[in-house]
Amino acid sequence: MIENLLNSANSLTATALPLAGFWFREAASENAGDVDFLFNAILWICVFFFVLIVAMMVVFTARYYARPGHSAEHTAHHNNALEATWSIIPLFIVMWIFGAGYWGYMNLRTPPDSAYEVQVIGKKWNWSFVYPNGYIDANLHVPIDEPVKLVMTSDDVIHSVFIPAFRVKMDVVPGRYSKVWFTANKMAPTDDGSGGEDMGGFDLFCTEYCGQQHSSMLAKVIVHESGTFQDWLVEASNWIDKTPPAVAGERLYKERGCAACHSIDGSTKAGPTWKGIYGTEEPLVSGESVTVDENYIRESILNPNAKVRAGFKPVMPSYQGQLKEREIDAIIWYIKSLSGEQAPDAWPDLPAEGEEGGEGEAPTDGEAAATDV
Amino acid sequence: MISQSREHTLLETIHNDPSRRVPVPQGPSYLTTPGAESIWDVVKSWAFTLDHKRIGVMYLVGIMTAFLLGGIMAGFVRMELWDGQPNLLGFLANDGEDPVTRAQDGYNQAFTLHGAIMTFLFIIPSIPGALGNIFLPMMLGAKDVAFPRMNLCSFYLWCFGALFFVGALFTTGLDTGWTFYTPYSTSTNTAVIAATMGVFILGFSSIFTGLNFVVTVNTMRPKGMTWFKMPLFLWGIYSTAIIQILATPVLAITLLLLIAERTLGIGVFDPSRGGDPVLYQHFFWFYSHPAVYIMILPGMAIISEVIPVFCRKHIFGYMFIAYSSVAIALLGFLVWGHHMFTSTESPMAAVIFSALTFSVSIPSAIKVFNWTATMYKGSIVLKTPMLYALSFLFLFTIGGLTGLFLGALSVDVHLHDTYFVVAHFHYVMMGGTLIAFLAGLHYWWPKMFGKMYNEFFASIACLLVFVGFNLTFFPQFILGTQGMPRRYAGYEPEFQSLHQMSTTGFVVLGCGLFLCLGVLIHSLLAGKKAPANPWGSGTLEWKACSPPTHHNFETTPWVGDPYVYDDFVYDPEIEGYVEVLPDLARGEVPAGAESEPSEA
Repeated sequence: MIENLLNSANSLTATALPLAGFWFREAASENAGDVDFLFNAILWICVFFFVLIVAMMVVFTARYYARPGHSAEHTAHHNNALEATWSIIPLFIVMWIFGAGYWGYMNLRTPPDSAYEVQVIGKKWNWSFVYPNGYIDANLHVPIDEPVKLVMTSDDVIHSVFIPAFRVKMDVVPGRYSKVWFTANKMAPTDDGSGGEDMGGFDLFCTEYCGQQHSSMLAKVIVHESGTFQDWLVEASNWIDKTPPAVAGERLYKERGCAACHSIDGSTKAGPTWKGIYGTEEPLVSGESVTVDENYIRESILNPNAKVRAGFKPVMPSYQGQLKEREIDAIIWYIKSLSGEQAPDAWPDLPAEGEEGGEGEAPTDGEAAATDV
Repeated sequence: MISQSREHTLLETIHNDPSRRVPVPQGPSYLTTPGAESIWDVVKSWAFTLDHKRIGVMYLVGIMTAFLLGGIMAGFVRMELWDGQPNLLGFLANDGEDPVTRAQDGYNQAFTLHGAIMTFLFIIPSIPGALGNIFLPMMLGAKDVAFPRMNLCSFYLWCFGALFFVGALFTTGLDTGWTFYTPYSTSTNTAVIAATMGVFILGFSSIFTGLNFVVTVNTMRPKGMTWFKMPLFLWGIYSTAIIQILATPVLAITLLLLIAERTLGIGVFDPSRGGDPVLYQHFFWFYSHPAVYIMILPGMAIISEVIPVFCRKHIFGYMFIAYSSVAIALLGFLVWGHHMFTSTESPMAAVIFSALTFSVSIPSAIKVFNWTATMYKGSIVLKTPMLYALSFLFLFTIGGLTGLFLGALSVDVHLHDTYFVVAHFHYVMMGGTLIAFLAGLHYWWPKMFGKMYNEFFASIACLLVFVGFNLTFFPQFILGTQGMPRRYAGYEPEFQSLHQMSTTGFVVLGCGLFLCLGVLIHSLLAGKKAPANPWGSGTLEWKACSPPTHHNFETTPWVGDPYVYDDFVYDPEIEGYVEVLPDLARGEVPAGAESEPSEA
């Protein structure tokens, strides 16, 4: 009953307020309607006052412009009743706007207890979304029509999660946890449901300036149809076991932020290129030198500032606790493959089909990862 | 009741009886240096001048240079945003080899330089430093400000701070944004310490100016000018000065903490040492929100002068406008948290700050209504200063109203840190303060330099600025609601057409501003000599000759109601207005007198 009323109210506002589509992307969360409603209400209040003031300006200018035979008339220099009126009426209007904003805000800030929790780690310049089983994805996957709560923190500077389609935003601050929640109720129009590499999805932006590649700190929000989310998660969690090590390493390179600072084409970014680096002898900032072997790569991932290459700054964050053993292996294989090493087609110690929970490796490591961050 | 017949009578009166003209004693212009034997003497006489008008002119040159520099940076930003690919600004980059990341880096430098230069070097000192310095003492009928040496010191602090700041920005760059948010500002390797030292010094310049103005207004008002007979410009500048004195030290302390954090690692803002990065934002906005009113109140003050003069009508609701300036100054201290609704501040704090924010909107609304009401039944003269004032009303109304969206908590969550905010504060800061500054500049130009400018081309410039401004910034409201975040060097294709509109608008706006500059420079070289009172204003600065002498007034001016224009008549012979003395011997009532009981 109430839902019907709300629905008809929504469709009424949608038809009565033709400007809505002009201003906003299509709303895809349950709370977005309230935000849009208040936006439109304020918009019409503003249009009213703006037209009033500009009309007065235009009419007065047209009627009272200086010309021969016309001069200014003496009128009252002030009028307390009039001035009080135009102070008090706006006061009531802004009090209403405040109240409506307050009500909507408290909804946005109060996640239901049942909300599905995803941890978010912001890091220059990529996002990690950690699901309850420890699986980490570079994009945010959520089930449709279920409240989802993001518990967020940052590894370095302040970032901010902004999902325009859901009308939510919250800063991601190092040293504390911030929360944001929403209930997605639509799939993105561009989402083809394949879950593949160039799948569509809603935009997720970083909206707190975080340095050089701030504008590349993007992710997608993929809404899964009801009942398919858990299947996706199980499937996704085992992806690495079913992927040849070097290919897995390449995906990690792209998804977990390595690509922001390390090139694979020989050019220098904030960090050294990976092309042809394996097996070479490289000078360090300390003046010593090091052979780039498996152990050095592993150390550079877990404790990056222990041995910094000459000519680079110690800017890399540690991935301690954020990459599983197998993931580190995959990255090492990928780096080796960039130097022409032949990587195996499958992980040697696993059968071709990864059994979920067989070794229990992924979930256990994942929990460790979740508590470490 | 003024009417054409009265104007005729006044004109006849002054022709028949020249002694009824209020005389304007002429004297050597403050711009000239009598007895100078070489160019060196002239330079010295300017460099060590204690004349508030010369200091004001030097400020004017300084801030216009800063504005040009900030404008060039804005141009870089807009050019980079022509398409969604970062590819243009690599030459500004600090490090990196990859062309895209270099361009991103260059873009970050460009928007930081734009914001920092415009805020600290242009808009905060603009109206108080240049126009306030020249006209605050003159409106009081005074010879100078209370502390002329401090005034000169304030200018040199500005120069020193500016050199330091700009030098730092151009040698090692700065990529923190003008807000220096921690922990980014404590971890980036750009010139944060040098730049914040520059801002620190500039802050003292601002405090000195404010202190000087407060003392001047308090102690140097002439006989007969009570608080509520002061021109509204003085109310605006006085309110501004109070904020400058009270808020700027907080910025200084914050920046010192930031410097200590970077050099000594004291850990106030560093979470790994038990500090809190959000604390920095509280400190920063505790200054920088009141600073928004340091920027806009002087603009409102100018508009309160220009509108009555060019409507030939008494300002409507003097008391409400005066009190609203003070109310804005005081309430402005209590709303800083509205910059932080999504910063993880507690919902309780957010709610309180939102409520207080809405309370600030009322005094601003009052002013807009009062200015509009002043036009009612006036005789509206559409000269350039009035055109800018009308542009101001239009643009500031948009700027103010869009603040309602940002004050509303749930809507702000969506709009925060998007282009909606960018558009909103440009409508207030640029559409408000800059346009008001241009209104004031055109209004007082004849007094400052004794030259009239070409009215036609100045109006065209105003029109270009108005059209260009709207074309630049209105599309940004839509970009913001559609979700385009701020400070992005690249963007998705769907945003491109709006960004291109914006960049096109920038070009139009730039043409308008250059035309305006050309018109003003042309007037200096070839302009007609200005009469003492070209617009028929009633405030005291117009009772000096144009340009004024070193001492401003050769005789103490007679203080009347600043907004009564009945005794001013346009004399075509001098192409300016003449003030006619009431014939007290015949018992005529002076024009301002009749309104006094109702004002008190």
